[in-house]
Amino acid sequence: MEYAVIGKATTNIDGFAKVTGQAQYTSDMVLPQMLYGKILRSPYPHAKILNIDTSKAEKLVGVKAVVTAKDTGEHKQGCWRRFRELCDEPVLCLEKVRYIGDPVAAVAAIDEDIAEEALDLIEVEYELLPAVFDPLEAIKEGAPQLHDGVKNNINVSRSIEWGDVEEGFKNSDHIREDRFMVPPQSHTPMEVHNALASFDGNGRLTVWTTTQCPYYVQCLLAETLDMKEGDVTVKMPYVGGGFGGKNELFADQFCAAFLSRRTGRPIKIVYTREEEFIAARRRTPMYYYLKIGAKKDGTLLAKEVRVFTDGGAYSSMGATALYLTGWFSAFPYKYPNYKYEGSKVYTNKSPASSMRGFGAPQAVFAGESQIDMLAADLGIDPLEIRKRNSMTPNYVVPGQATIASCGLPQALDKMGDYLERRGKLPKDRGIGVACYGFNTGGVFNWFNTPYAFSSALIKINIDGKVDLYTLAAEIGQGSNTTMSMICAEELGVHLEDIRLHTGDTDICSTDLGAWSSRETLMMGNAVKMAAADAKRQLFEIAAMKLSPNIVYDFAAKDRQIYLRERPDRGLSYYDVVKDAIRAKEGQPIIGRGHYTPHGKGMISPAFSFGVQAVEVEVDRETGHVKIIKVTTAHDSGQVINPLGVRGQLEGAIQMAAGYGLCEDMPTDEGKILNPNFVDYKLIRYRDMPETETIEIDTYEPEGPFGAKEAGEGLTCPTAGALANAVYHAVGVRINDNPITPEKVLKALRDKEGKSA
Amino acid sequence: MKKELKLTVNGESYQLFIEPKKLLVEVLRDELGLTGTKRGCDSSSCAACTVLLDGRAVKSCSILAMQASGRSITTIEGLADGPNLHPIQQSFIDHWAFQCGFCTSGQIMAAKALLDENPNPTMEEVKLAMDGHLCRCTGYNMIVEAILAAAQELQQEAK
Repeated sequence: MEYAVIGKATTNIDGFAKVTGQAQYTSDMVLPQMLYGKILRSPYPHAKILNIDTSKAEKLVGVKAVVTAKDTGEHKQGCWRRFRELCDEPVLCLEKVRYIGDPVAAVAAIDEDIAEEALDLIEVEYELLPAVFDPLEAIKEGAPQLHDGVKNNINVSRSIEWGDVEEGFKNSDHIREDRFMVPPQSHTPMEVHNALASFDGNGRLTVWTTTQCPYYVQCLLAETLDMKEGDVTVKMPYVGGGFGGKNELFADQFCAAFLSRRTGRPIKIVYTREEEFIAARRRTPMYYYLKIGAKKDGTLLAKEVRVFTDGGAYSSMGATALYLTGWFSAFPYKYPNYKYEGSKVYTNKSPASSMRGFGAPQAVFAGESQIDMLAADLGIDPLEIRKRNSMTPNYVVPGQATIASCGLPQALDKMGDYLERRGKLPKDRGIGVACYGFNTGGVFNWFNTPYAFSSALIKINIDGKVDLYTLAAEIGQGSNTTMSMICAEELGVHLEDIRLHTGDTDICSTDLGAWSSRETLMMGNAVKMAAADAKRQLFEIAAMKLSPNIVYDFAAKDRQIYLRERPDRGLSYYDVVKDAIRAKEGQPIIGRGHYTPHGKGMISPAFSFGVQAVEVEVDRETGHVKIIKVTTAHDSGQVINPLGVRGQLEGAIQMAAGYGLCEDMPTDEGKILNPNFVDYKLIRYRDMPETETIEIDTYEPEGPFGAKEAGEGLTCPTAGALANAVYHAVGVRINDNPITPEKVLKALRDKEGKSA
Repeated sequence: MKKELKLTVNGESYQLFIEPKKLLVEVLRDELGLTGTKRGCDSSSCAACTVLLDGRAVKSCSILAMQASGRSITTIEGLADGPNLHPIQQSFIDHWAFQCGFCTSGQIMAAKALLDENPNPTMEEVKLAMDGHLCRCTGYNMIVEAILAAAQELQQEAK
């Protein structure tokens, strides 16, 4: 199918605003009479709150209000409206604090300096409690307990099983058991968390905030403040990155709202970068125990997975990471027998949550390291063992999901060609590969929304301009451009005919937000349906004018409406629009669309796949691992915007290479030791390798125009491929991510010691 | 105690009265409303706040506004000529060299300073000059491509 818009490299529709500084973010906003808020946080990892005295702070000149849990109430917050027991986080701490950074009180003042000064004047009397920082310690009898009634700090347990693993291991020629550790990672969006809340005189609340899920913010603020959802408007200006760290609600949003209700003035709260590190969220660290069984020829027969996550102080979105890591541990291979058991464990650290990849990068690091080790044991080429077990189109994961499109076999073939071309490498260089598969949106509805997962509305005006209303959350990934392209293609108009309206819960109907790589497929389908609805109304008018033989179909392209089989017989889009509006008694043409997955199993309506080769050079003197080149063969279905997809790939490599090499959040007695950009190491310009992409063409029947996700899957393979590359370069295997120079040097010394 | 500060920003002269402890970034954003310049950290280590001070790239969070007294500053708002983008800005659009856009102003201003000083840089020189700028979205490579393409464009224009 030849598309007019889809599949063409298209520049970002927000480009002008973003390169001129005109793009406004919440942190740029100022309202008349606005006050500045600051949050007092716990300096202790675990303590009872005996008393909070705010009187001195309240007397400070310029302070307008102080709130504590007395004001914000006993309500426990969380996105788990269907599983209330998992909503376990107070807005402000009531009886005790559970991590360093837990919010205790908030202040509003006429400027930030006074607000800061007021925090120092709040006197909190704590009684220190014993704390626990490691999940394997926290599950022991007698360990400090974080939450009443949660035995052994096991917050959530999840299991997935099919077949009979014992039988599978019995039939295996070779079995391996390995243990892996994966670290936390900070999302580090360049725009820190912030919110601006303003109550009007009628008791209605408007909140501007940097979020990935404006609908959640609307619902959960309404619930917490005991208001109707319709009395809360959430506006989402440009958002400076999310990466899974802005799915939930945070103290800034709640406290700004409570302080605004108290003072009757707008309140803005902007986190410091340090707060962003200590009191936002982090990728879930895990202990991974893997047992795998295979036949001599490499055919996988069974896999057993046991995971303990370092979940931090509250449920957060960590429960989904716990489930998905178990799900992705079975990817992307055909395991006839599989068993997963996972425990999310409370620890006195900041909550571990969703982050780009949502449990999959952890699973892929451990799983793809082990597959390589298994291949070495069996004397099979690493790519060959993957080919032998790869998922294929229409594969059914027992009781879980059907994989419709799957380009992994082609990706592996093309990767084989690439590796052959790359040829023999110099000394101390190595290439490692890793495969992945990822969700295109989640089927799960823990938020318990009664609305469609995504909804879109289209209004065609007399001049042919199209207003498109969607709440798809543009967080930098390019969804504004993607949605506009889908709308233009379906309606047969040009991209510049679309005027997008987004990021406002008053004017856009529901979308669940930008997580689980859901926008392209879910909102994309809703937009396509809305455009098709509007188009059908235009076709009715065109049919009246052209009176074609019933066997002919109408089509719309390039602002023309014509007979598909007789393209010479057509009408101008503009003329048809005018006639259609006249026929509707002067009403603009309205198209409505929605999407909720049905009959698509338990997990996701579609899955992306890929294989990545990472080439490294290891310095034996320093242990430094330099990434030379990253080559990715990936299947994202029909690509909507090749420029945008390449952007996702490049950005994913930056984040995933950091995860594999240098990003970590070490703690001492619960205190994060590197909460700033000096000590928290991100991949920078000079660390970035050359990249090459091998596109695999597939068509996903459930996706709009055949599209699948490209946002998160690409963060999954890099760390595992890195570990395999280091092994192939210098023969040491590091199971404890990230692969720092210290670990490489130690492993090299241990190896030399053994061989000496 | 507020003090007088005179400075030129994007060609306009300003006379301000500010607290001497104010950083340049605070004065640009809070006093002059030039919010295109962003703050991404508290430790002068992300470079999102980069502006040109007498033509050279500086992190506006790392100097006091008073230190800019009498000097000429260019921010991202001063780069385009009305609706006509500077070639670096256009190249950032053409190459998908931004995503969320939050670090973009700083990246573009640094690129401007680089190309003013070195109109024909190699890829390595671009990476070296830009290395202090953090970006969590793009993975940098597409920014490097945008800057190299802008350099070509500017050289064509100069001919």
